[in-house]
Amino acid sequence: MAEQAIGCARPTGSVAGDEPSATGEGKGLEQEVKSVADIMVGRPAPDFTAPAYHKGAFTQVKLSDYLGKWVVLCFYPGDFTFV
Amino acid sequence: MLSASVDSQFVHKIWHEQELAKMVEGGVPFPMLADAGGHLGKAYGVYDDQAGVDVRGRFIIDPDGVIQAMEVLTPPVGRRVEESLRQIKAYQHVRETKGAEVMPSGWEPGKKVLRPGPDLVGRVWEVWNPKDT
Repeated sequence: MAEQAIGCARPTGSVAGDEPSATGEGKGLEQEVKSVADIMVGRPAPDFTAPAYHKGAFTQVKLSDYLGKWVVLCFYPGDFTFV
Repeated sequence: MLSASVDSQFVHKIWHEQELAKMVEGGVPFPMLADAGGHLGKAYGVYDDQAGVDVRGRFIIDPDGVIQAMEVLTPPVGRRVEESLRQIKAYQHVRETKGAEVMPSGWEPGKKVLRPGPDLVGRVWEVWNPKDT
């Protein structure tokens, strides 16, 4: 994973096929996706890229780079929360 | 293993330094994803737009990129890592046997598996008991 150059903009993740939003404002996924998430077991996981912190470095992660491996993807409400 | 919250990667860094590195020997080994705007959470159906955060969604994705399992919890209760590992081992076993062997309720590695087929219909009770788990 290549280290990401870090500027003052706040880059965010984007689902594959969607344009990343450089500022987190404006043209985002919410304007492009018409319906709620179509998530179901037994169906493909939506691919995405997202900036990440990994072992002291800032990187970019793409889910499809993990094809061939088992992946556990965990969402949580926030850093510094208690649980 | 990938984790994601709406915090930036910068906040992840400070949280890791201030707290996580003190709880996890050697530090967190996996990438901590920044999901500002909740774009990933929305795609996976776990973004709470009223709270503006991703709730506790956990997805097991197989080597083909297919979601095999998911679990979603509200924020106050944490997950059980051992249960995720048990499910991964079960799905790996299913995959290795190309579906010939399946895991009954409460299965753990080394415990009895079932081989679905015409002979097993209506006769699971003969080969498996809930006490076997």
